[in-house]
Amino acid sequence: MKRFLYELTEGWKIATAQMRSNMTRSVLTALGVIIGIVAVTLMGTAINGISTGFDKSMAVLGDDVLYVGQWPWKQVDDWWNYRDRKRIKTEYAEPLNRMIAAAPNSNLVVAVPTSNLIRSVKFAGNEVNNVYVMGTTSDFVSTSTIDCKEGRFFDEMEARGGSNVCVIGYDVADALFPSESPLNKSVLINGQAFKVIGINSRQGTFLGLFSWDSMVVMPLPAFNKYFSAKSESDIRVKVKDKTRLADAKDELTGYMRRVRGLPPEKGDDFSINEQQAFKSTLAPVKNSIAIAGLFITGLSLFVGAIGIMNITFVSVKERTKEIGTRKALGARRRTILLQFLIESTALCLLGGFIGLLFAYFLCLGIGKAFPDFPIHFSVGLVIASMVVSVLTGLFSGFAPAWTAARLDPVAALRYE
Amino acid sequence: MNPDSVRPVGHIVIDIENITKDYVMGEEVVHALRGVSLQICGNEYITIMGPSGSGKSTLMNMLGCLDTPTSGRYDFNGRNVADMNDDDLAAIRNREIGFVFQTFNLLPRSTSLRNVELPLIYAGIDSETRQERATQTLIDVGLGDRLHHKPNELSGGQRQRVAIARALVNNPSIILADEPTGNLDSKTGEEIMALFEDLYQRGNTIILVTHEADIARHARRRVYLRDGLIENDDTAAGRKMAPAAVAHR
Repeated sequence: MKRFLYELTEGWKIATAQMRSNMTRSVLTALGVIIGIVAVTLMGTAINGISTGFDKSMAVLGDDVLYVGQWPWKQVDDWWNYRDRKRIKTEYAEPLNRMIAAAPNSNLVVAVPTSNLIRSVKFAGNEVNNVYVMGTTSDFVSTSTIDCKEGRFFDEMEARGGSNVCVIGYDVADALFPSESPLNKSVLINGQAFKVIGINSRQGTFLGLFSWDSMVVMPLPAFNKYFSAKSESDIRVKVKDKTRLADAKDELTGYMRRVRGLPPEKGDDFSINEQQAFKSTLAPVKNSIAIAGLFITGLSLFVGAIGIMNITFVSVKERTKEIGTRKALGARRRTILLQFLIESTALCLLGGFIGLLFAYFLCLGIGKAFPDFPIHFSVGLVIASMVVSVLTGLFSGFAPAWTAARLDPVAALRYE
Repeated sequence: MNPDSVRPVGHIVIDIENITKDYVMGEEVVHALRGVSLQICGNEYITIMGPSGSGKSTLMNMLGCLDTPTSGRYDFNGRNVADMNDDDLAAIRNREIGFVFQTFNLLPRSTSLRNVELPLIYAGIDSETRQERATQTLIDVGLGDRLHHKPNELSGGQRQRVAIARALVNNPSIILADEPTGNLDSKTGEEIMALFEDLYQRGNTIILVTHEADIARHARRRVYLRDGLIENDDTAAGRKMAPAAVAHR
């Protein structure tokens, strides 16, 4: 072991001296690895970013909330079985809440009805299209990540009374009120005026997934009054203990069957959804993007590795006589093998290091240019790419180093 | 030759008996050595001479443990090296043999010191001892002021001195020099030969491979090779045998 370390340090000295004396060639060869490492690390950060972006968007749904809806949140092959289901009505919330209150050890906290549709919102000369307009009760706050940076959410009085008030998302506020506070101003939706009483803080959007930034929330009675016609409804139910989600689901299924008055022999005509189900349908997509991306960028690293292999072969050929001399002076096969392996690995490490620096600054740049893209440059990534560099060096250096180690000293000394 | 300058020889270092070496060249088998027997003792100064194709290079590679014979016995300091594997041969070359080449074979981008350190690196000696010994050996060959020069900053004679220092640094049993003056002008060549004489007087064993009679005349014993056989072993030229060596014969 000590002997191995000794050879390692001596080999390292020889390798760095060799690299210094062939500077241009070393840098050009390392360029292949630099490009490969930049590609792979950027792909790595992108995959990380996509992953955290998904998680962030998913967080909007909440991990302790069950969604009662007409459709399940997954691909269904027998869609016709779901099409004719009765719609979910916001009125179900009331009996559900009664049953929750009546049950002594209920796993559920509260049922919140929501109705929504897409509308345009106007103020003065400004207009925002495709805004997600939602009507709900004051309990909604407990089932969502909504967090007013200005103003407040509507209270129970306003919710029951159906006042024309609303809470708007960050992007809506930004577009309609570029230079003033939206608080207490009235925005127009479908020609109806709603007073803004709260502005939600910024959440960021990612890949067009849902975000609170482009929505308007108002009390349910007001919503029903003006928009009930084409709206979609579901019921959100907050769970007490999210580690017992399955129990909560069973409990909720029972209540919903009672609400719907289903006889025991009939199946459920509603679906109870949760964030996890949504995540697991998206996971394969995410994974295949990751695999494809890493494979393609991995190819560029492979090309870099071939460059290193090539230059190491050239180096062995050029230095045949030197190898002969070293053998005559007592270098063992292992020593020669190690020397060339260290040289190729040092080249790859150099490339990996420079590539990592490049990737770091590129990430900074991308982060500046697209603040919404959740880019992550982690320590794990640094370690991973260094390990990949070393492995690339060992992989590409092995064949030439093996050739060098097995050279016949007599033939090598005679080589011109 | 001044017989007084002949030193008594020591124990037997190299003992080869009836070795042969065949090369396959295409369809043809070349018999480079056809049965050579030779004994070389410590503190001998011997040349191996012969025209090209006589097998002297092959014999030198064999003596230098760079190659193994096709048949025959080769004992180096009492150890049979004919059947050794590559790594064992490398260890013998490292510790027992100092090579001096016609083309010097220095590492072009390393300093004199670094070049001389090389055999010590392969012997696994720590950096401090290495530098100390390499420096001392360079001083011994008269290059104390050229420690940090690279080969291209040195003259031919100086390069060969670095190479000789490199051959000496591990205190080998023999110094094996292959046409050491072949790439030098005659004056520098004479200086190098004077250095070899000096080394011999200090107790080293020197094997010189050459085809120049002028160079060979420096040695105390001359072996002539022809067609893979020893034609003449000129041992009589004032060689003093140590009692042990005589008894062995």
